[in-house]
Amino acid sequence: MKRKTKRLWIVLGAMICFALAITLILSAFSNNLVYFKAPSQLINHPTAKGTTIRLGGMVVANSLHYSHHDQTPTAEFKVTDGQAAIEVHYTGILPDLFREGQSVIAIGSLDQNNIFTANEVLAKHDETYMPKEVAEALQKSGKWDPKFGPPPDADTWDHMVKPKQ
Amino acid sequence: MISKILSPEFGHFTLALACCLAGAQFIIPLMGSKVKNNRLMALASPLAWGQFFALALAFACLITAAITDDFSVQNILQNSAADKPLLYKITGVWGNHEGSILLWAFILAFFGAIVSAYSEHLPLSLRAKVIAIMGGSAAGFELFCLTTSNPFLRVWPAPLDGQGMNPLLQDPGLAFHPPILYMGYVGFSVPFAFAVAALLEGKVDAAWGRWVRPWTVLAWALLTCGIALGSWWSYYVLGWGGYWFWDPVENASLLPWLTGTALLHSALVVEKREALKVWTILLAIGTFSLSLSGTFLVRSGILNSVHAFASDPARGVFILLLLAVISGGALLLFAWRAPTLTQTGIFTFFSREGSIVLNNILLCTMAAVVLTGTLYPPFIQLINGQTLSVGKPFFDNALIPIALVLFLAMAIGPVIAFKKGNLKQTAKTLSVAALISIPCIIIAFIYLHQILPSLATGLCVWIILSACSDFIKHIALFKTSLGNTINRMAGLPRSFYATYIAHIGVAITVLGIVGMAASQQKIVEVPINTTIHLAGYDWTLTNITDRQGPNYIATEAVIKVSKDGQPITWMVPARHYFQRQQQVVTDVAIHTNFVSDLYAVLGDSKNSTQATPLFVLRLHYNPLAPWIWIGGLIMTIGGFITLTDRRFRVGSPAHRKKAKDI
Repeated sequence: MKRKTKRLWIVLGAMICFALAITLILSAFSNNLVYFKAPSQLINHPTAKGTTIRLGGMVVANSLHYSHHDQTPTAEFKVTDGQAAIEVHYTGILPDLFREGQSVIAIGSLDQNNIFTANEVLAKHDETYMPKEVAEALQKSGKWDPKFGPPPDADTWDHMVKPKQ
Repeated sequence: MISKILSPEFGHFTLALACCLAGAQFIIPLMGSKVKNNRLMALASPLAWGQFFALALAFACLITAAITDDFSVQNILQNSAADKPLLYKITGVWGNHEGSILLWAFILAFFGAIVSAYSEHLPLSLRAKVIAIMGGSAAGFELFCLTTSNPFLRVWPAPLDGQGMNPLLQDPGLAFHPPILYMGYVGFSVPFAFAVAALLEGKVDAAWGRWVRPWTVLAWALLTCGIALGSWWSYYVLGWGGYWFWDPVENASLLPWLTGTALLHSALVVEKREALKVWTILLAIGTFSLSLSGTFLVRSGILNSVHAFASDPARGVFILLLLAVISGGALLLFAWRAPTLTQTGIFTFFSREGSIVLNNILLCTMAAVVLTGTLYPPFIQLINGQTLSVGKPFFDNALIPIALVLFLAMAIGPVIAFKKGNLKQTAKTLSVAALISIPCIIIAFIYLHQILPSLATGLCVWIILSACSDFIKHIALFKTSLGNTINRMAGLPRSFYATYIAHIGVAITVLGIVGMAASQQKIVEVPINTTIHLAGYDWTLTNITDRQGPNYIATEAVIKVSKDGQPITWMVPARHYFQRQQQVVTDVAIHTNFVSDLYAVLGDSKNSTQATPLFVLRLHYNPLAPWIWIGGLIMTIGGFITLTDRRFRVGSPAHRKKAKDI
């Protein structure tokens, strides 16, 4: 085989591989992208049941309690962005840095009763740190602006304005 | 006394000195080769050593400041405390942004020095250019360190005690993981320097391939080891029972590993057949660029990550400039000079070279997928402000099909001859192994109920068995006398063993990953003396105690594990409460028998009362989990065995003389 034809074949092989990779990436993207939503966004624009999303906000103070099912504890708490709160259920050990009144990200999906079932809960390493997504959601909701100092105290998150449904 | 001599100011001075020496190391040898002055070119090596010693002193100064608790140094103040154990005072030096940049520069200088030590047999002008390029990149990083991330800045007035270190980082695994990982990243600067030097020289031949390959293998082995260590750390420290999170930092280390693996193989083709030259040069440039952009984009905070240190826009701009100069410069040079490189070696598709081309295409495709998945979320955020994330399902769906083809090539490739393979002979070597691996696919499917992982299992078994059968064929086991077989075993080149050992390592890692897909877990909240059943084991919580650690208070749970009434082990998961940071760190208990792991985490219970104390436990059964890291270790060993191959030493007059002496 001549070198030119060979090079053509190699290039062709690489192109096919490239096209396959693009197809794989696009198909994987179409099913597996996880969007971030704040509670009010999720309530106003509910996603299809079972779609995985990242729900971010502050844990409402004094909202954490546990229910038991067959020795397995399920943590139940509310996550708010100041406009709306969503009940989150999580079966598992909450991260060490999980605190009421602090920011959190829950990954999971919303069910029929507007209860968010999380299969992963993230609280970041530093207690003064707020995930970028949560900070942005709080700013958009008008509840907090970083220009006016640190995020509001945990206790002020108790009194929620219930969304009209 | 020592702390007086090795003061932070002295460290600052030696860092600046190193930067100047690195600049000289870049300019003088290049000028020398331009004007064909041998004395100027010969200056490269002493300058590289000088830069290395200056940086070693700077590094020693920072370590001295850390050990002697000099809290007037901002970096020590922010990351250390008087009550921190000595080991973590030392390793904490590179557990923060400034220190890690200094470590990076130090390792780069170290590689510059050992390259100049082991390159005496190289043509003078190539050697001068290689060392000059290493010096040029080092100068950039030292300048970065001096201007935007100086670890020697003082604070006035000096506080009495430091702010302490993130307790999560106080772990021996994490203490040694960054230096090894960095050595892997920085190690790819050597193939990069060789590639740029070859472009400047306008000549790439088999000898170049032979010179560049050991450095590539060294960097690759260190990077493999570093990634494996990091993954092992997150498995046993983070306590989520996972080993890989597709986090930007992890992806940043995987990218150069993928292209570095491709480089490793294509450099082999350059060495043996003088083919794929241009491609190899491009891979060498790309791999180092990925190493650079990976670590530095993460450190600059462009990619948000749990591993990221505090970010600063000035740093980001400097890093981008540095990246543009190093990678952009190299790519420009490539565009200009690559067409002058002549191609020679000819091969057919069914040949070792053909399989390596396939390996390269697949590895680069995988790298492209990982890169897309990593950069897509920040890109979308920039375009339309939508926040999204890409996780394990994406990478699984997009990577596994490509990986399966790669495994196929891994099983077949090493058996095929160079230049023109013999289809019949290859099939003969592989057929028995293939026949055994088909039932493995079926067995795996019965356990996993998933097609792709089962296929992966079968392919991995095939990789291992075809390696064995090729080995048996080469040593003519049972076909000739035993003595002859042993002679043949000793006569096989080391790189023959290394190839198969590394491939088997990959297969073992993949089997571990597949096994983890069948892991089981259970979360319970129970009082003391309760028995929990999971995966055929009985886990009994027998006791809970408190203990005072060096800078934390530990709550320890004692779990007795038994199977069918036979006691197997005692496990002690714990929670460490660090008073200074008011932070709790979970301490996972792992029992391994090298086929599966029992993994226990103690959680914190909110329902617990004085009358009925309750404890939250998360228990995991992880089949084949240890294989993930054992495979990584085997790959690393394979890499180091290649380095001992005689062929890399041929052509080195110094070594040949030594051999004669013996």
